[in-house]
Amino acid sequence: MIQLEKRKEPSTFWIYATPLLAVLLTMVLGGLLFATLGKDPLMAIKTIFWDPILGEFAFYYRPEVFKKAAPLILIAIGLSYGFKAGIWNIGAEGQYIIGAICGASVALAFYPLEARWMIFPLMILAGVAGGVIWAMIPALLRVYFKTNEILVSLMLVYVAEVLIKAFSIGLLRNPDGHGFPGSRNLNQYSSSANLELFAGTGVHWGVVTALFAVVATYVILAKHQFGFFVRLTGESSRAAGFAGVNANRLIITCFVISGGLAGVAGLFEVAGPAGQILGSFPAYYGFTAIIVAFLGRLHPVGILFAGLLMALTYVGGNAAEAAMNIPSATIQIFQGMLLFSLLSVDVLTNYRVRFVAARGA
Amino acid sequence: MTDTLLKIQGLTKAYPGVVANDDVSFDIGRGEVHALLGENGAGKSTLVKMIYGLVKPDQGQMTMHDVKYAPTDPRQARATGVAMVFQHFSLFDALTVAENIALGMENPPSQRDLSDQIRKVSQNYGLPLDPRRTVGVLSAGERQRVEIIRCLLQNPKLLIMDEPTSVLTPQEVQILFQTLRKLKSEGTSILYISHKLDEIREICDTATILRHGKKVETCTPSDKSARELAEMMVGASFEAPKRSDRQLGDVILEVSNLSLNAADAYGTSLRGVTFTVRAGEVLGIGGVAGNGQDELLSALSGEAMTPASMVHLDGRDIGHLGPNDRRLLGLLAAPEERLGHAAAPNMSLVENAMMTAADRKGMVTSGFLAWGKAKQFAEDVIQKFDVRTPSAQNAARSLSGGNLQKFVIGREVLQEPSVLIVNQPTWGVDAAAAASIRQALLDLATGGAAIIVISQDLDELIEISDNFAALNEGRLSEIRPMLGLTVDQIGLMMGGAHDIEVAHG
Repeated sequence: MIQLEKRKEPSTFWIYATPLLAVLLTMVLGGLLFATLGKDPLMAIKTIFWDPILGEFAFYYRPEVFKKAAPLILIAIGLSYGFKAGIWNIGAEGQYIIGAICGASVALAFYPLEARWMIFPLMILAGVAGGVIWAMIPALLRVYFKTNEILVSLMLVYVAEVLIKAFSIGLLRNPDGHGFPGSRNLNQYSSSANLELFAGTGVHWGVVTALFAVVATYVILAKHQFGFFVRLTGESSRAAGFAGVNANRLIITCFVISGGLAGVAGLFEVAGPAGQILGSFPAYYGFTAIIVAFLGRLHPVGILFAGLLMALTYVGGNAAEAAMNIPSATIQIFQGMLLFSLLSVDVLTNYRVRFVAARGA
Repeated sequence: MTDTLLKIQGLTKAYPGVVANDDVSFDIGRGEVHALLGENGAGKSTLVKMIYGLVKPDQGQMTMHDVKYAPTDPRQARATGVAMVFQHFSLFDALTVAENIALGMENPPSQRDLSDQIRKVSQNYGLPLDPRRTVGVLSAGERQRVEIIRCLLQNPKLLIMDEPTSVLTPQEVQILFQTLRKLKSEGTSILYISHKLDEIREICDTATILRHGKKVETCTPSDKSARELAEMMVGASFEAPKRSDRQLGDVILEVSNLSLNAADAYGTSLRGVTFTVRAGEVLGIGGVAGNGQDELLSALSGEAMTPASMVHLDGRDIGHLGPNDRRLLGLLAAPEERLGHAAAPNMSLVENAMMTAADRKGMVTSGFLAWGKAKQFAEDVIQKFDVRTPSAQNAARSLSGGNLQKFVIGREVLQEPSVLIVNQPTWGVDAAAAASIRQALLDLATGGAAIIVISQDLDELIEISDNFAALNEGRLSEIRPMLGLTVDQIGLMMGGAHDIEVAHG
């Protein structure tokens, strides 16, 4: 018989070990899934997790992993503040889209002027501003009207998705595009292109910003009063109020950070890997980043690794799709399983599992 | 009182690292009021949980009427005739009295029959209660009546009461005692848990004293003095706090016509609270729980803001300032709830020191925190206030209640406030720690600070206050010098007996 016994304090060992265990469990469950699809499970796991980093064609896949990881890490880092304090911004996807629209609009407004020193920084500011504005809607409604920020931020994602479709066939459509939907390609406009900083590495400005956000967040949480207030609020909002934390200001600040980082992630994506405003631009990074944030235990370094891992499942999943003819939905199932595994093995953090022989009375 | 109802023999219960009950034996007679006396952590609650079937003893046995009694859960205990009134009520605010009582029953009768039964029992025992009222609007004393009636409906042979008078005014206590006497005359036994010695000497026939999980003695409390009982409980004599003669200085804090709406539907609104405190003065504010104590503390600490002129410190209006601005001006506070209000449970003592001392102790430079200074301050508090903890890095929740309370009070006292407001400073703290906390407050007053002690423990207020006022339904009574006030007068200031009647018959 298996018994769960509550621990007095959460186990430090399992806090760090559960994410690894969850990854292993996902590999096992994923293997079973592939086996039922008639594919060689070991081969599939190898194609997804091994080949993109160390396989024959890694030189092609590795940069892709960085490009995919950058927006995930940026958004997840932003979300981690609010999630730590119990403020639930579920709408990062919408803030990401609006950031992309605003940033791209700046570039398109200046086209074809060549002044990268001015245009690219302005685009970044516009991207941040777009994300922040979109995030302020749920934040202010929560502060002034006590609405539920989860619902409002989530529903604004769908509004943003409609907006980007409308912009791609309306206001921002490429006038030289023969009537096809989509804006001009920002990658082909040298003032706006978010290019690789070192050729062949995949490291563009977004990757650099993501790394910077990881370091800055680490410092803020450990050394700055704002980080302390965030942790204190998550621990007990009443104690935080007693310590002088202004709850409303904290809500707004957390939304500014998560919205701003999601917006700038959208800008780097639209000016780089994606290239243009298009109805198919949204790639659900904003939702996947929620998994990344929790997989990384809301800790900046953890989020860095979790973001890389999640990016790997995207890239490896695509590779497996091409090489082994595995359906593309498998990647999403995979990512879902990762979160479910994490949530279920989380039991070990707070409980001790004991195997006891069935006792006689 | 001749035959034995419950015989307890050699009950032992150990938890990892601590023996909560060690070979405890005593008898409870039929129709006897039996006191269980001991400090916090002496093992009273573990013992009671074993009797009520919540905890299974490791060793020893109980017999009820010479039949082996080993309840595996409270349901079985209730079926055998054991009922319990807990110190913390388990009632749903939004439901009526009758609905709440029905929830605890195996096969509840129809609401109408149940209401009739409730009315009958409440009349019989002098516990008037309208079964149709919503529990959320009841006072603490009335809620206790709901719990008592819930128990009496089971016709218990043994009624366990855990600290029943902590929510009552002195007048209400007397009425409760009449109810208990009536129950006793009908042959019901009562196990009465308390640390209030005078009450025990008044109502109890027998007292069993526990210390560190062991039985010290079973005696007749009326034969002993309160002092003797206290020494048996603590196991040593301890020094009562000493008041030194102090001169009261100028008025430091002035609260005028302070009104504050309750934060939620079942909170208490403050209405026109007015008082002043002088340098060197200890103002005691008494009252039954739930009469606005929490609200008063948060209006003074700055957690709840009011129009500026309602709170006036040292010549400045501060009603509109938040907690940190008030701290910088010298007004500090220590709330009642240790875990989750005064301290963050999972954070270390260093982080908890940072919580309130950051500004006054220079731990913040342009937003960045000096953890070294916080650690030093935490260690200072630990050392000066004799907080027992392995290190300052331990989580607040790993400390015992008394030790954490010493830390919370010490953290504020060592910041040298000019006004300190404390709510329930010694709630759930053992006698020795309580004495040292009271002494620290008195020393602070001697140094020229103004102290406001909000407490439900009248003995405590009588011991340390210069002046006394009582909160009743969000209103503050007039302020009177503590010296010369009788318990009766204090009770009347607290709202008297409210509307309880004396037991009939």
